[in-house]
Amino acid sequence: MMEPLLTARDLHLSFGASPALAGASVDVAPGEILALLGPSGSGKSTLLHCLAGILVPDSGEVGYRGIRLDRLSDDLRSELRRSDFGFVFQFGSLVPELSAVENVALPLRLAGHKRRTAEARALEWLERLEVGEVARKRAGEMSGGQGQRVAVARALVAGPRVVFADEPTGALDSLNGELVMDLLVGAAREQGTSIVLVTHEPRVAAYADREVVLRDGALALTVGA
Amino acid sequence: MSVPLTLLGLLQVRPRHGYDLKRAYDAHFGHDRPLKPGQVYSTLGRLERDGFVVVSGTDRDGGPDRTTYAVTAEGVTDLDRWFAEPEGPAAYLQPVLFAKVVLALQSGRDAAQVLDAQRAEHLVAMRELTALKKDADLDRVLGLDFALFHLEADLRWLEHTAARLDRLGKELAR
Ligand SMILES: Nc1ncnc2c1ncn2[C@@H]1O[C@H](COP(=O)(O)OP(=O)(O)OP(=O)(O)O)[C@@H](O)[C@H]1O
Ligand SMILES: [Mg+2]
Repeated sequence: MMEPLLTARDLHLSFGASPALAGASVDVAPGEILALLGPSGSGKSTLLHCLAGILVPDSGEVGYRGIRLDRLSDDLRSELRRSDFGFVFQFGSLVPELSAVENVALPLRLAGHKRRTAEARALEWLERLEVGEVARKRAGEMSGGQGQRVAVARALVAGPRVVFADEPTGALDSLNGELVMDLLVGAAREQGTSIVLVTHEPRVAAYADREVVLRDGALALTVGA
Repeated sequence: MSVPLTLLGLLQVRPRHGYDLKRAYDAHFGHDRPLKPGQVYSTLGRLERDGFVVVSGTDRDGGPDRTTYAVTAEGVTDLDRWFAEPEGPAAYLQPVLFAKVVLALQSGRDAAQVLDAQRAEHLVAMRELTALKKDADLDRVLGLDFALFHLEADLRWLEHTAARLDRLGKELAR
């Protein structure tokens, strides 16, 4: 494997008495698509949140390009998330008060781009994901599948090094799920973006280069190089 | 479904005579397709010829079919190979996978390992089929999808069963 982009070493994290992560270790290579599988409650989302610097583990190390994410201040972690990472969740990835194009433009606006250029680029991405027609609609006025494509556009628009996707197709039918995955994976391959993908669906996991199965907060099985 | 290996597996759990073997097979694996008595004896004959089973006794007060068979060391080696090798990820695997899980539990093997090996095999096959879809025409894509949906169903069953191994083990031990 190439020098990893992201590494988790022996992560432990408990919410109260019950451990969510109990010795989880995993690497993500640049451009790699990694799927996290496992039963409900096995710690998939918690591991994804630790890798993304949203949660800090009780013990263990999270490394990103030589930086110890687990030792960074909250502010620096937020800044890094904005500059380097994109996110797609099962529900509620979008800001409900904003239109689709404003949502997609948001990461660019936060990075200091002017409204006009940000929205122009946002519109290009919406068209690429075949949802140009909902550009002026708000989240509540779109179908689930359209909303997920808008969320994928937002996750990719600023050219992140890593996209974290937690059940991105969970609420979609198989055809929309496939469309979202084709677009997400296609765009990520093009720009060399890594993807950390949590899913219950084997057909979605099959887009990955490698699958790891979690059980009780640690890796139980790795499939692939 | 491999009838010879399944019978061999049942014989490793304990030596049995032909009728007993048929009853055990039908109870676990023969709901839809019970074994014909002739099939049990012809299979036992071949297993004996190949050195995988031996006659371990005769039940005197029974009829002519009361010969008891036991698995040989060679038979155990054959079974070990069967358990260790995942099945090719083809359609209609459920009967053979189920037989492997039940017999692994009954013979003290690691059934979770059997399921994990099969899971890995299926995931790799799904990844390969998904990659083939990328630049294919729609008719080909839909053919690949058919295989993918079936593999996915198998995988869900593997996960579902893995989550119930403890309980299945307890029930089988009763
Ligand atoms: N914020 C939280 N507060 C308390 N407990 C939590 C919290 N987040 C997760 N947990 C617990 O940690 C464990 C792992 O949760 P996690 O969300 O990582 O599981 P998961 O594998 O993503 O499950 P699912 O497939 O259902 O999304 C669970 O037992 C869960 O109840
Ligand atoms: Mg989750």
